[in-house]
Amino acid sequence: MNDMTKIERAVEMSNMKISAKDVQVYYADNHAIKDVSVEIEDKTVTAFIGPSGCGKSTFLRCLNRMNDTIDICRVEGEILLDGEDIYDKRVDPVQLRAKVGMVFQKPNPFPKSIYDNIAYGPRIHGLAGNKAELDEIVEKSLRRGAIWDEVKDRLHAPGTGLSGGQQQRLCIARAVATEPEVLLMDEPCSALDPIATAQVEELIDELRQSYSVVIVTHSMQQAARVSQKTAFFHLGSLVEYDDTTKIFTNPEDPRTESYITGRIG
Amino acid sequence: MSAFWLLMIILALAAVGFIQGRSRALSSVHGDRRLLHSLPNYYGFNVAMLAFVPAVLVLGAWVIIQPMLISGQVSTLIPSELYEDAGQLNLIMSDVKRVADGLDVAVAQGVMSAEDVSQISTETTDVRGLLGQVGVALGSDVDPSVLKAAQEMRGKTTSGNLFMTIVVVAVAAAGFIAAMMMTRGDFRARNAVEGGVKTLLIGAASIAILTTIGIVLSLIFNTITFFGMFPASDFLFGLTWSPEGRGGSEHLGILPLLWGTIYISIVALLVAVPIGLFAAVYLSEYASRTTRAFAKPLLEVLAGIPTIVYGLFALTVVGPLLVNFFGADGLGWMQGARSVMTAGLVMGIMLIPFVSSLSDDIINAVPQAMRDGSYGLGATQSETVKQVVLPAALPGIVGAILLAASRAIGETMIVVMGAGAAARLNLNPFEAMTTVTAKIVSQLTGDSDFASPEALVAFALGMTLFLLTLGLNVLALYIVRKYREQYE
Repeated sequence: MNDMTKIERAVEMSNMKISAKDVQVYYADNHAIKDVSVEIEDKTVTAFIGPSGCGKSTFLRCLNRMNDTIDICRVEGEILLDGEDIYDKRVDPVQLRAKVGMVFQKPNPFPKSIYDNIAYGPRIHGLAGNKAELDEIVEKSLRRGAIWDEVKDRLHAPGTGLSGGQQQRLCIARAVATEPEVLLMDEPCSALDPIATAQVEELIDELRQSYSVVIVTHSMQQAARVSQKTAFFHLGSLVEYDDTTKIFTNPEDPRTESYITGRIG
Repeated sequence: MSAFWLLMIILALAAVGFIQGRSRALSSVHGDRRLLHSLPNYYGFNVAMLAFVPAVLVLGAWVIIQPMLISGQVSTLIPSELYEDAGQLNLIMSDVKRVADGLDVAVAQGVMSAEDVSQISTETTDVRGLLGQVGVALGSDVDPSVLKAAQEMRGKTTSGNLFMTIVVVAVAAAGFIAAMMMTRGDFRARNAVEGGVKTLLIGAASIAILTTIGIVLSLIFNTITFFGMFPASDFLFGLTWSPEGRGGSEHLGILPLLWGTIYISIVALLVAVPIGLFAAVYLSEYASRTTRAFAKPLLEVLAGIPTIVYGLFALTVVGPLLVNFFGADGLGWMQGARSVMTAGLVMGIMLIPFVSSLSDDIINAVPQAMRDGSYGLGATQSETVKQVVLPAALPGIVGAILLAASRAIGETMIVVMGAGAAARLNLNPFEAMTTVTAKIVSQLTGDSDFASPEALVAFALGMTLFLLTLGLNVLALYIVRKYREQYE
């Protein structure tokens, strides 16, 4: 009986990708995130939902230390990636970000060619030994980004010349090209039309096969469609975190229910 | 009455007009200001404007035109034996002016009465001695015709001034009265004042544009005159620059000067571009907010140092320092303290703030999303700067460099003091050379006749310089503008 529990726990542990404990974030004197503890599973899509300014994007940016680039931001608490504290002094944030990729709200392709946009990460991290390998990575990433067919004939055209939806898929392909273990997406569809949104959502579902995906979204339908786990944030605190179906059908906290039914937000 | 007092009178009239117009507008609606179309002050401003502006314009035009007309009329009194060409007539006319002014002074000091002035003649009075007494020194005895012209000039000026006073005051009064007649409760004074302000703004803009056109035209006409005296092909393709004074064989080839200009500018840019660019990258990407807050203004102080001070620095510090290393005691490449290197290095220092300040603004304009995108892929700060920020900012930086280059080409003082005055076609950067600008100065400050090719060549040089910097500026603006569209 005792052995059984141990094995079960081991299975559970191996399934955990990121585990955050009592995370506090301050912007100067403003306490933006309060006591957030979350366990994010591998090969799962986790959605963060909540009203604007509730801290979900801030928390997302803690997961790959993007907040380091903001001078006044201070993070306390413990965030483990595969059991290692990412805020440990020995951890190089640059290495961390190669493992935990990020896609932003607004498509931000570099003012370079489509090819160079994708090849940017692999070149920096030396993932390709020669030109042929790099070509292969670029093609594979563009295919994973579900944009290969649209751009294969104009790989050397500027990435900024694509449409908004194409640009966002290019950015996802760019993030995938560095072979991250976790992909963070900060409202990836907020600047896109419904068709492009559907394409990106389909893509997220495919990415789940290989990565752990964390997505911040304002659209509850989107959270319900793409995620398996959902976390509801309110005023800087994590209110409820559970299976998506449970959150949307039978939430425990009255605040979650009010938000989902549209009474607060 | 002098123009100054006349101006004061108009101003006073305008001030009275403001008060009167305001109260008239108010009384026309029996003190209920809500019935007025505009705020009461607008009615006041309208009256003040109509009283002041036309009168001042008339006054200004009169002050400029009257002396020209009078001296044109008076100059016919000078017998044609006294002068050979227009230049000499000009000299005589300035004598006339001086005597006339002297007579004014004499009257003002009470040495003579106004009647005496119109009666004296060179036969009965020692005019030179008399004017000497009141502090107006003349170079030679006064010729009878000059005295006569001076008396004539005084007379005409006095009556002209009187006439001017009458006309200007009349115009001011007419404007005042016309504006007062208009002032009623339903008069749209606000729109009238707005119209006046708009005219003022248009006037300011046209003055700037007209001046530019005037400068360019004067350059063009003088250049054409020059090419009438000196073959254009010799000027443009001549390899020697040696103006020899009057007559004789002279070489006015621009190539040695252009070479010096370009050589010194290149050295300056080689200094300024790397330093300025690296400083800009540090300030915009790495420096903390506090460092930036004091480092950027400090760097910009460099831009406020007058170029003559840089010239001094070149002559007294940089030149001797270079001679220590490259002069006769060192490598033996350098003869004196003045050289392309001396001027180029110092000019480079002068240009650092231009490059850094402009590039800093341009780098800051690169959206944060670009940097985030790069950091999010696991790039370090220097990889981000090198591969994302700088390429994105490159067109703007090129624009900044071109603007700095056109400053370098137009720079004079540092060249005069740091590079010397010898026009040479030479590759050795430790050799003294000179530039187009420095030669313009020396050609025009010499004692050669203003109508000779040696002096007029300055205009052709100026024209060349103007075209060169204009081309660079247009190119820079084109590149900068193209860049701006990229993120909007």
